[in-house]
Amino acid sequence: MKYVLRQLGLYLLAAWVSVTLNFVLPRTMPGDPVTALVGKMRGRLDPQAIEALKATFGFTKGPLIQQYWQYLSHVMRGDFGLSLSAYPVKVTTIISTALGWTLLLGLVVIVLSFVIGTALGVLVGWKRGGLLDSILPGFLSFVGSFPYFFLAMLALFGLGFELKWFPMAHAYSDALSPSMSWAFVGSVLYHLVLPAGTVILVSVGGWLIGMRSTMVGVLAEDYVTMAEAKGLSERRVMYRYAARNAILPNMTQFGMSIGFVFGGQILTEIVFSYPGLGFYLVRAVNAHDYPLMQALFLMITLAILVANFIMDLLYVRLDPRVRAS
Amino acid sequence: MATNASPVLEVRGLSVEYLTPRGAARAVDGVSFSIGPGEVLGLAGESGSGKSTAAHAILRLLKAPAVIRAGEVLFKGHDTLVMSEEELSSFRWKEASIVFQSAMNVLNPVMRVGDQIGDAMLCRGVSKRAARSRAEELFDLVGIERSRLAAYPHQLSGGMRQRTVIAMALALEPSLIVMDEPTTALDVVVQKDILGQIAALRASLGFSMLFITHDLSLLAEIAGRIAVMYAGRIVELSPSRELFASPLHPYTKGLMGSFPSLSGERKLLYGIPGSPPDLVDPPPGCPFHPRCPEAMPRCRDSAPALEEVRPVAVSAPARLCACYLCSGGAR
Repeated sequence: MKYVLRQLGLYLLAAWVSVTLNFVLPRTMPGDPVTALVGKMRGRLDPQAIEALKATFGFTKGPLIQQYWQYLSHVMRGDFGLSLSAYPVKVTTIISTALGWTLLLGLVVIVLSFVIGTALGVLVGWKRGGLLDSILPGFLSFVGSFPYFFLAMLALFGLGFELKWFPMAHAYSDALSPSMSWAFVGSVLYHLVLPAGTVILVSVGGWLIGMRSTMVGVLAEDYVTMAEAKGLSERRVMYRYAARNAILPNMTQFGMSIGFVFGGQILTEIVFSYPGLGFYLVRAVNAHDYPLMQALFLMITLAILVANFIMDLLYVRLDPRVRAS
Repeated sequence: MATNASPVLEVRGLSVEYLTPRGAARAVDGVSFSIGPGEVLGLAGESGSGKSTAAHAILRLLKAPAVIRAGEVLFKGHDTLVMSEEELSSFRWKEASIVFQSAMNVLNPVMRVGDQIGDAMLCRGVSKRAARSRAEELFDLVGIERSRLAAYPHQLSGGMRQRTVIAMALALEPSLIVMDEPTTALDVVVQKDILGQIAALRASLGFSMLFITHDLSLLAEIAGRIAVMYAGRIVELSPSRELFASPLHPYTKGLMGSFPSLSGERKLLYGIPGSPPDLVDPPPGCPFHPRCPEAMPRCRDSAPALEEVRPVAVSAPARLCACYLCSGGAR
C-alpha cells in the first residue's frame, strides 16, 4: 500500500511537470496560434474577435503566472478551446471521436500481438533449437525490419486495390450509420483487418524475441531444474515455473505500449485513412492547429503516465518481490 | 561394498561430457560407487571436479551441452539412464529427490512456498487437502511455523529457505536424497544447524543420502563413507573414520591440509598448489600428477586405476584408491 501511494505521488508529480511543459513550450515558440488563425482568416476577423480568441487560448496580456493559472483551470475543466483547422468545432469533440477509433485499433493490435508473440515466444524458448525455433524468430524479425509504411502500402495496394478483398479507407462503411447492429460491428471489424493485421505482423516478432530470450534465461534457473526434479508435468514446468517468471519484463513492455496507443498509430492511420488521433495529429501539425496539437500532446503524455501507473499496480500483483519493499 | 543389503543406488562407469567449442570436456570419467539403504555417502572434491555433474546425471537433470557418454545408474535395480519420460516422472522425487546448492535460486520467486511443496504431491493425484496437511507436517518436521507456508521465498531467511527445500525433498518420503552442497551458501552458524537437522531427519526417517560438498570436514560427522573426486574421477573411496585417520591418496591429503582442524594441534595450512586440470585437454597419465608432491615418472605415463587397497587387518573395511603409491606396495 505504501508502495502504491509513493508511486501515485511520483506519477502526479510527473503529470504536473508535463502539463506545465505543455504550457511553456508553445510560449517559447515564435508567433502564436491566434496570429496564425488570423492569418488563415485573411483579415475577416475584427480586433474584438481576435481578443476573444486570445482569451480563449489563454494568450492574454496578463503576467505569465496569471496565464498559467488560467491555463491550469481550463485544463482541469477539460476545456481546450476550438480547433483552428476545423474551426469552430471544439477540440474535445474531435478528440473524443478520434480517440474511440484509435483505442479500438491500438488495443486490438497491442493485445493480439502481445498474446500471439508471447505465446509463441514461450513455445520457441522452451523448445530451443527446434524446428519452430529455427524458422519463426528469423522470419518475423525479417518482416519486422521492413519499413512499416512500405508493408502497409503493399498490403493496401495488393489486398485492397488489386484484389479488393478489404476496404481501402475509413473505420466503417459509409453506407452505414453507427449503431449496435451486427452489420455495423461487422463492418468495423472488416475495416480493421488491414490496418491491424499489418501492425500485428511487424510487431509480433518483437514480443516473440523478447519472450524467447527471457525464457531461455529463466530455463537456466535452478528453480526450473528443481521443478523438473520434482517430476512435475512438462506443461506445469513450462507455464507455472518458466513462463510465469519470464513474462515479467515483457509485461512492463506491454504497459508501455498500452500508453503509446493513445498517441495513435500515425503511419497506419494515414496509410489506411483511419480516423484516429494520429490522423488528426498530423493534420493539426500541418494546419498549425495549436489548440488541437496542445490537447493531443497533453493527452498522449497523460495517457502514458496513467498506463504506466496501472502497470505498476499490476506488477505488484504479478511479482510478490515488489510488494515487500 | 560396505553394506550387505542390496544397494539403493549403484553407479557403474558413469561418464559425462560437456560439449564445448574447444572439444568435449570429460567432467565425469568412469565413476562407480554404490549407496546402501540408510547409508550416507560423502562426495568431496574441489569446484569443477564433477561432483554436481555426477549427481545431476543420476537424476537425469543434465541439459545440453552435457551428454552422458557411458555408464549405468541402477536405482533399486532399474537403470535411470534408459527410463522413458513417464518412468522418469514417477521415479523423480518419489524415489530420489535433490536439495540444491543455493536455496535462493531453487524456489520459484512468484509462488508461495506451500504451493511449491504441494505441487510435487498434487501432480501425483494427492488431494489438495492432503497435500496441504502434509506440507504442514513437513514444516513442523523442519521447524518452521506452519503459517509461513503462505510466504513467498523472498520473505524467508536463507536458513528458512534451505529448510523449506529440505522439507520439499522429504515430501514423498524418497529412499534417496541427493544433497548438493546444501549448506555452502549459508553462514557457519546456520550451516551447523541445518547439518544437525539433516542428520537427525536421516536418523529418524532412514533415507539414504549422497552428500556432496567441497568441504571435507563437513563429512566427518555425517558420512559413513567418503568418495573423493578429482578431475571427474574418484581417486579415493574410504570409510570416513579411516579416511580422516590416514588418507591414502595424495589429493585427499592435500584437501585435508587445506582446512583448519577445529580440535587437535595447530598445523600450518598448506592448500594444493596449482589448479585443476583442463578437462578438454587433460594431462597424460594421472590427472593429478602436475600438482602432486609425490609424483613419480610413471604417473606421467599411465593413470592408476581405482583399486582395493589390501587392508592392514582382515577385519578392517575395504578402501579404494587410485594411486601407484597405494597399489604399488609403497605403503
